[in-house]
Amino acid sequence: MFNTASTTPEKILQMLAALLLFAAVMGVILFIAGRFGGKRGDKVVAYLYLLPAVLMLAVGLVYPGLRTIYQSFFDAAGNAFIGFDNYHTIFTDKDQLTVLRNTVFWVVVTPFVATAIGLVYAILVDKSRFESFAKALIFLPMSISFVAAGVIWKFVYEYRPDQGNVKQIGLVNQVIVWLGGKPIQLLIESPLNSFLLIIVMIWIQAGFAMTILSAAIKAIPDDIIEAARLDGVNAWSMFRKITLPSVQPTVVVVLTTIGIGTLKVFDIVRTMTGGNFDTSVVANEFYRQTFNADNQGLGAALAVLLFVLVIPIVIYNIRSLRRSEAS
Amino acid sequence: MFGQPTSPRFRAALAGTLSAGLVLGLAACGGDDSDSGSGTDASAAAIDCAPYTKFGDIKGKTVTIYTGIVTPEDTPHIESYKPFEQCTGATIKYEGDKSFETQVLVRARAGNPPDLAIVPQPGLVKQLVSTGKAVAAPQEVSDNVDKFWDKAWKAYTTIDGKFYGAPLGASVKSLVWYSPSEFKDKGYTVPTTLDELKALSDKIVADGGKPWCAGIASGDATGWPVTDWVEDFVLRTASPEVYDKWVNHEIPFNAPEIQAAFDAVGGYLKNDAYVNGGLGDVKSIATTTFQDAGLKILEGQCSLHRQASFYAANFEKGTKVAEDGDVFAFYLPGKDANTKPVLGAGEFVVAFADRPEVKAFQTYLSSDVWANTKAKLSSGWVTANKGLDQANLTNPIDKLAGGILLDPNATFRFDGSDMMPAAVGSDAFWKQSTAWITGQDTKTTVDNIEKAWPK
Repeated sequence: MFNTASTTPEKILQMLAALLLFAAVMGVILFIAGRFGGKRGDKVVAYLYLLPAVLMLAVGLVYPGLRTIYQSFFDAAGNAFIGFDNYHTIFTDKDQLTVLRNTVFWVVVTPFVATAIGLVYAILVDKSRFESFAKALIFLPMSISFVAAGVIWKFVYEYRPDQGNVKQIGLVNQVIVWLGGKPIQLLIESPLNSFLLIIVMIWIQAGFAMTILSAAIKAIPDDIIEAARLDGVNAWSMFRKITLPSVQPTVVVVLTTIGIGTLKVFDIVRTMTGGNFDTSVVANEFYRQTFNADNQGLGAALAVLLFVLVIPIVIYNIRSLRRSEAS
Repeated sequence: MFGQPTSPRFRAALAGTLSAGLVLGLAACGGDDSDSGSGTDASAAAIDCAPYTKFGDIKGKTVTIYTGIVTPEDTPHIESYKPFEQCTGATIKYEGDKSFETQVLVRARAGNPPDLAIVPQPGLVKQLVSTGKAVAAPQEVSDNVDKFWDKAWKAYTTIDGKFYGAPLGASVKSLVWYSPSEFKDKGYTVPTTLDELKALSDKIVADGGKPWCAGIASGDATGWPVTDWVEDFVLRTASPEVYDKWVNHEIPFNAPEIQAAFDAVGGYLKNDAYVNGGLGDVKSIATTTFQDAGLKILEGQCSLHRQASFYAANFEKGTKVAEDGDVFAFYLPGKDANTKPVLGAGEFVVAFADRPEVKAFQTYLSSDVWANTKAKLSSGWVTANKGLDQANLTNPIDKLAGGILLDPNATFRFDGSDMMPAAVGSDAFWKQSTAWITGQDTKTTVDNIEKAWPK
């Protein structure tokens, strides 16, 4: 039953077995819970219900997390303890520093630009005649996977030489040629290439920012807006003094959510350049070190670094969420 | 797939192809196999059962075999096991898995290994042996390998004096693709020495063409075609002995011989007069996928493309791959006409059990009988098993590759980057070669790779 299933009926059988197991476990818990009553009983029942989730988190998240941290202090094969050497490598090795530099580019540029575009767009199309159509247009990239987006944009950046009857097939280079320029190998030129990859992420995330922010804008009470209108504010003051302060908590959530997503970006880099030409980022390098270079120690250290970088953003995100819920 | 189905780069390349959306190329891959797999029961019928009956009565027993070879290339494999099943009454359970290379290690470590695994790199065989779960090959298999294979092959999977994996298939990488009709029209001849290859390239330049096209993009495995070039040139500008020392790190990666080989490759790949036909300048090599580059031969944009035998499947369906067809390959010549170094790859059968039925099946797979049965069933597959009757190979490129592999004057060497530690063979060597193509000098490149070699 626990062997790898190779045929479809076997797989279905395994799935049924798993479902039965799940039902059995739930049955046992409910049965035990049913035997408790009264005030103290409620508490016991609550803990019992939490038990499966806590157990699974412990096995699936806490243990691997701790194990990764432990591994990050060991060498490539995972045999010898080497202290902070892996971390030392991350912050001194030339290639690794490029990786960190690129990650900084990504995290600084993507959330702010994507959120700004989303906010401006949300305001511009708000209550316009084409609102739903315009929104759908910018929201569409959200529904595409990162890998597919990477493939699409790889075509956009595609290069063909300026040679005889060879025609450009990439949009950007075709535009350059129309303007009288020479085609550029866009994905090779560093650090330009990193920013070209960042554009893909912005293209995807702007739709997300727009959707959330648009909902927040619609939630601004009409009487505030009307009062401001009566006071005769112009469009800019309306944005600065009414809209922005009202949606500020949402902006923070959007910024941080995109920030976390950006820190973990992997698919776009892997699809478009494979981390070559100085475009690697932490998540991609972590994969590369672990699975290509067979350096489990350094891979684990990079994973831990990613974890450490994400934590403050997550904490900030949760706190601002709580604050906005409280108010 | 093709000759050497599951080398890591190939799989990475495959992943790259998929993610790059170039599914067209894939669809064309091995498209012929389904035809060749059927209707051959007659040829698969009668074999001599004696070598297997001596393992005792294994009727009704099952042997599981786990591989990275999936549809459609798995069909000829499964078909080729039938004579053994008919002889012994045992059942072979075949399991193909695209993530074989990581999963086989996971399964071995978890104590749930298959009976047999088809492993495409000696490095992975070593890793599997180090889990302690692999068992040494039985005497019958060892004898078969002594009889049918060049002794270099046995050494690849002999670890601490014990022999673990009998070779199965093999492939040839030292090939240059060209257009026979173009050669005929322009009066070019197939070169037989490295100097002639250079002279031919110069002649094409003089005729106003770009002789070579190359592409090394392959997702996160980008750079691997350069490593094949360098390996081929170490074998030629230095020697097979230097090559062995280099692969085993008995000489450093930045030794003068290796630098010289890099520079010799640079004479082709980093030479703006020679590359990159229809694709741009030298740097365009880094962004052109390895699947796309050689197709320019058919468009008349370039004349030569160095790539392994599996590249045959990359040409559009309907392209005639033959000596008198649209496109064919010649052996990348040695320094002179008498030395014939061959770079290639292959796969090995590693056992995790020593039950009689497993041993019997291992013996069958290492025999000339199996090699010939398999050859008749598949297209795009060769082996270096000396018992192979070349008449059984079905298509021209297999015949060419088989001829090169079984040439008694040839010196075969396994793809070096598959044998180097992963930190070099599937990381630094690829990455630094890519940087080398985009402008980094040779000295920095080899120094960086040497630095990455695990201490």
